[in-house]
This record gives sequence, structure tokens and C-alpha cells, in this order.
Amino acid sequence: MEKRAVLSGNEAIARGAFESGVKVAAAYPGTPSTEVLENLGTYPGSHVEWSPNEKVALETAMGAAFGGARALAVMKHVGVNVAADPLLTLSYTGLRGGLVLVTADDPEMHSSQNEQDNRHYARFAKVPMLEPSDSQEAKDFTRIAFDLSEKFDTPVMLRTTTRVSHSKSIVRLDEPIVPPVKPALVRDPGKLVMLPANSRRRHPVVEKRMEEAARFAETFSGNRVEWGDPKVGIITSGISYEYAKEVMPGASFLKLGMVYPLPKELIRSFASRVEKLYVVEELDPFIEEQVRAMGLAVEGKSSFPILGELNPLLVEKGLKNLPPREKEEPSRRLPARPPIMCPGCPHRGVFSVLNKLKLFVTGDIGCYTLGFLPPLSAIDTCVCMGASIGHAMGLDKALGEEALGKVVAVIGDSTFLHSGITGLLNVVYNRGAVTVIILDNHTTAMTGRQDHPGTGCTLKGEETFEVDMVKLAKSLGVKHVKVVNPYDLAAVERAIKKEVNRPEPSVIISKAPCVLSRREKGVSGKPLSVHSELCAGCRSCLRLGCPALAWVKEEGINAQGKKRKGRAQIDSFLCNGCTLCAQVCKFGAIQGHDGK
Amino acid sequence: MENKVTNILLVGVGGQGIILASEIMADVFMEAGFDVKKSEVHGMAQRGGSVSTHVRFGPRVYSPLIKEGEADIYLAFEELEALRYLSFLSPDPVILLNEQRLNPPGVSLGNEDYPADVKEVLARRAKTFKSIPARDLAIRAGDARAANVVLLGTLHSLLSIPEKTWIDQILKRFPANAGPANLEAFRLGKTA
Repeated sequence: MEKRAVLSGNEAIARGAFESGVKVAAAYPGTPSTEVLENLGTYPGSHVEWSPNEKVALETAMGAAFGGARALAVMKHVGVNVAADPLLTLSYTGLRGGLVLVTADDPEMHSSQNEQDNRHYARFAKVPMLEPSDSQEAKDFTRIAFDLSEKFDTPVMLRTTTRVSHSKSIVRLDEPIVPPVKPALVRDPGKLVMLPANSRRRHPVVEKRMEEAARFAETFSGNRVEWGDPKVGIITSGISYEYAKEVMPGASFLKLGMVYPLPKELIRSFASRVEKLYVVEELDPFIEEQVRAMGLAVEGKSSFPILGELNPLLVEKGLKNLPPREKEEPSRRLPARPPIMCPGCPHRGVFSVLNKLKLFVTGDIGCYTLGFLPPLSAIDTCVCMGASIGHAMGLDKALGEEALGKVVAVIGDSTFLHSGITGLLNVVYNRGAVTVIILDNHTTAMTGRQDHPGTGCTLKGEETFEVDMVKLAKSLGVKHVKVVNPYDLAAVERAIKKEVNRPEPSVIISKAPCVLSRREKGVSGKPLSVHSELCAGCRSCLRLGCPALAWVKEEGINAQGKKRKGRAQIDSFLCNGCTLCAQVCKFGAIQGHDGK
Repeated sequence: MENKVTNILLVGVGGQGIILASEIMADVFMEAGFDVKKSEVHGMAQRGGSVSTHVRFGPRVYSPLIKEGEADIYLAFEELEALRYLSFLSPDPVILLNEQRLNPPGVSLGNEDYPADVKEVLARRAKTFKSIPARDLAIRAGDARAANVVLLGTLHSLLSIPEKTWIDQILKRFPANAGPANLEAFRLGKTA
């Protein structure tokens, strides 16, 4: 009997890479891409690694492919920006073993800072791009991508979106193959050394290759016509195909599995046989504009939003020109439930001090970005990985004395190793009076606790060298490096006050493991409780934004005779005894259950 | 019900076992011979945010997302979250509510009130409404974390899929020593 499983798009890509005989796979974690490598790591036979960043991941995959092995690099959409430098010239060199670059885009920005449409990278880098609609296609297209990569001597991009990466559907499982190319060390400098003279010879090869890929697209089985009612013809791909099929199953479809280069003859012949032509695609009018440039009349972004994700209702409205649906329930404002730092999170103490000191905080990408939300409200910038340090440097250089003592950069350990090191090097080199707080929780927490070069452990769980953050900062030339315990608020406050006022580069390392760490014991004290007679109802503890603390409305008088409108309460199920609330309570009302 | 695509919407708070429950469901529906798709957004969910998961099964499923206005069965793991996704419900939905309140930050801070009328709103909106003390039942079954499996038991009682398929898929997901408590949770959910 054939083997089947319910897999997410990401799990299916991992399965497809395994079945393709991938030898080397590299990634930096990033939602919605992370599970590809986590899953591939559970299969035997290949080297699977967390690289420090996406550029290193792609370069590692390139090296493997130059050596004739099949290689995979995986990243979220913004990760491709980091890897764009090698990508655009890898397009010129080509490779010997197949190389597939997975870009997982995040329309709607469920967990991202922008919703860039990475289909543009395929055109920009002049490489073919496949886009699966469900998990079966995610697996099949991964296999096809490796074959095409070798056939056309080009990297192939496989683009998913959050809904494809994180949706599950049924997948037929096959056995792994032995790739046709054998790994070997083969010199080919005219192709692999991209000096101008060589590059000039390679560029025409790239243009010719894309013409051939476009001809291939005309008959590629992943580009298929599903004839239905000729009144409506829908050109679509990826998850948008599923939505359009759902709401208008009887229409005629041109379902594109390859979104670059486009099969123009196929599109022209499809268009000529339908009365009204639509392009249904998420985000930018990438297909629509190319169809329009062919001189065809088409409806696209005039009917479907350019912002955010599509869904069945939006696609139905666009195709059927429906009026807005009446809400049966009068809309009411419900209390929001944003993600928040966990109880006992080591970041909380640092942000409560930053809030208290009213510093301008240049922020970065990670769990600690949640320090932006009230009541901590202590992040002032957040743009991309590693940017916090450059932002603080620029502010220092622009404002000089005016900014001294008022600005601080915060960055996580994984993010610092990803792209913060060069920023700090610049601060030292160009004599910035910048203080950087490295929030070292010993993991890549936001994406689900992946290892990195500072954890002493590889993706496969092998022990390895653990970078020493203090020595690293000192070796870059930072003279003042201070390690603090983030659960000691007074010590954190002293360190920050002292370092931000120093007219020299300085680093504070806030060091404590993530409370969700699988390997290390994070803070794990006994739950505390609020001595309700002593609570003055001042809400200082609530300003820590801890999920274990709650406000109980109850007018009354405390033991000191102070009037209060309510009192604080601790959920002993959620509290893990980090003691921050006890430290901020001026009335000694928060204690251990034994009164200590 | 099972000649067409059946839409199940699960909502609640990150950490309540919603994703695991939806994965067990997806396996059950595949084993029962249906096409199945499910979708949720995770990544930030483990930090206590609002979670919604769509599960769809039938002869052939295209969209992994339920169209607004078409959820047949609504499994609400948390009372406030139950109010957040009402626009997804069909005109005559079955609503299963887990009797549990988890305060969002605004309520914890005392800035907002937790809605007081959840059950009335749901009962009015549903064709069939069941309010289930799933956490209490899970504790009675021997594992407070098995509230999600209690709700799977209740869901089973609404669908005509063999009990053995459910039990096989539930047991597959847990270590052997957690099996008995989860089976008991499932049994208590069936009759809840």
C-alpha cells in the first residue's frame, strides 16, 4: 500500500529534499520557513545545519553544489535580502549539483516586519521559480526543482507563503533516489571565478538559459489548463489557486506551477479561449503585469487586494463582484490578546528598567521586540536583523552630546551573531559612544528555540564550540563589557546607567537562559503570592506585563490604612518565581508562600 | 454531513493544545478515507497569543482556510476567544465551549473587562451549544493537559467516524504512560 502522511508544506519540502538525495542543507531560522530544516534534520544521510545567517547558508549550499552535491538553502522572505549578494552572482556561475533556494514569504506579516513579494527575486536574479499550492506539490516541486537546477545549470527558487508552509494536507511518500551527478572536486575557474572578463562571458549564458527555461515552461506539467466554463478564465498559482478553485470550481483555470519565467504562448492561447480573464495572485501584480505587457486584457489588482493575504471570501468577492457581507453580530470591541513575553522571561527585567529610565531604545528582531508592547513600551526602532547597533551608532554620530546617556541598542544573542558583530565592529572602529545590550538567552527563541554558534550545540544535537560573547566583544575592541543577571533589577539599572553615560563603546550582556529552554534550567523558583493585606493597589508589579499577574477590582483599605481600588493577584500555576514583581513592590506585599 | 466538506474551526490561546488537537483530527480524517487540509498561524503563538486553526475534510478539499460564514463546528478552547471569530460561523453551527477563562493583558492590567456574556452569545448563535468543563474532566481523567482530548471526545460524538480510528490516532501521539489518562479524557468528552 502506498505510504501517505498529513504533512505541512515545510515538512513536505524536507521530505522532497530527502527523496532528492540532498547532501547539504543550510538555513537560518525564520518564520514561516523554520520547520523545513528542523524536519530535514530528522532524516538520515545529509549534513543539515543552522548557519549564522542566510548569506552564509546560501554560500555553504553553493560550495556543496559546486562540488557536485545536491544542496538546499532555506530562509524567510527577508532572509533572501541577506543572501541576495551571493544569489545574484550564483545565477551567473551556475553549479554542478542541483541547488534549491526556498523562500518562505509571509503575506499578512503574521510574523515579519514587511510583506515583500519574493517572486521579484526570480526576475531580478534571472532564475526559475516554482510555487506549490499544497503539501503534495511542495514535495513534488522540490524534487522537480533539483532536476531543473541541474538541467538548466541554475539555482532554482521554490517560493512558499505562510499558508502553504504551515497548512497541512495529504502527501504520498516515495523513496529517496541517488542523484545523477556525483560529488567531486572539479576545477572550472572560467565558470566559478566571477572576475569581469569571466562574468561578461557568463551573462549571455544566463540570458540564453532563461529563454530555454521559458520554452520549457510551455510544456511543464506543473503549468496546466483545467477547462471549465469559458466565460471566466483564471490564471493563478500557489495558495490563490486553492481559494479560486474553492469559490469558483466551474471556471477555466490556468494553474501555474512555475511563476518565472512565464509560459507566454500557453497564456496567450488560454486567454484567447475565455471571455473574461482574471489573474488571482497575492501581494504584487507580478503575473498580471507580465500578462498585461503581452497586450492582453486582464482583471487583477482592480478586483483583489495588493495588501495582506487573500482568503476564499476575498477571492469570491473579486471574482463575483459581491457586495460586502452583512455582519450578523454587531461588531464589538473585545480585549486584544497580543503575544507577550512568557512568565519568568529573562528579557522582562531589562525592559522594565529601560522603561523606567525612559531611554531611546534601538531594537532588533526576536522575542524581545515584544518589549515594544505596553506596559513595557521600551522599543523605539525595529527594522531588520542586526540594525539596532547601526541605528544607535547613527544617532550618536548625528546628535553627539545630545544623545549621550539617552540611547541604547538591544539585540538578542542569535541576532547579534547573525549580523550584529559587524555593527559593533563599526562602533569601535569609528569611535561611537554606543552601548549595546546583548540579551543572551542562549537560543533563537522567537522561532522555537533553535541552536546557533553561541549555544554549544548543532542542529543535529552534537556538541560543538560555544562562542564566548565576552571575549568576542573584547576582541572587537570593546573595553567595557559587563555581564549582568537580568533577574537582579538593581544590578541591571546600575549597569545601564553607568554604561550609557560612558563616551566610549560598551556592551552589557544580560545572561540567563530562555524559560522555555529544553536543555537548560531557566528561572524556576517557587511561585510567589500577593499578601493581600499589604498590597496598596499601586499597580507597580502590573507594569512588568507578566501574564502571571492580574488586577482584582475590589475597593478597600490595606493593612497600612491606605485606600485602594483593587489589588494584585498572582496565578500560582503560571508564576515561576522570577521575583521581579517582589523587587518592584515598595510595600513588601509579594512574598514566597512561606513568607520569604 | 460528510458528503460535503465539513469545516471545523478551533480557537483559543497559544499553549492550550489546540494545534495538537487539530493534528490528531487531520490524521483521523485521513485514516477515515477523506481528503483533509488544516491551517493555522504559529510562530508567535506559544507566547500566549490568540490562536485559530482551520480543519476541513471531505471528498476533495481545496482551500485550507474556511470561508467566513461557513464553519460548521466551532471548538472554542477559551471563552473570550470564542467571541473573536463569530463571523466565521455558518448560520447553524455546532458550538463546543471549553469553560476556561484566560485573562488577556488588558484585563490583567485592569484596563479592560473580561466579557461577561460569552455563554449567552454562543447559545443564541448556535444550532447546538455545549458548554464543557474540559479542564475539570481532564483532571478527573488524570492529566490536566488532556482538556484538548476531552474536546476531541465530544467532537467524535458529533461525527460518524469509528471510535477506533480516533483512539488509534490519539494513542499514537502520546507516550505509553500518558495513554490511559488520554483515553479516559476522550471517554469523558464523549458523554460531556
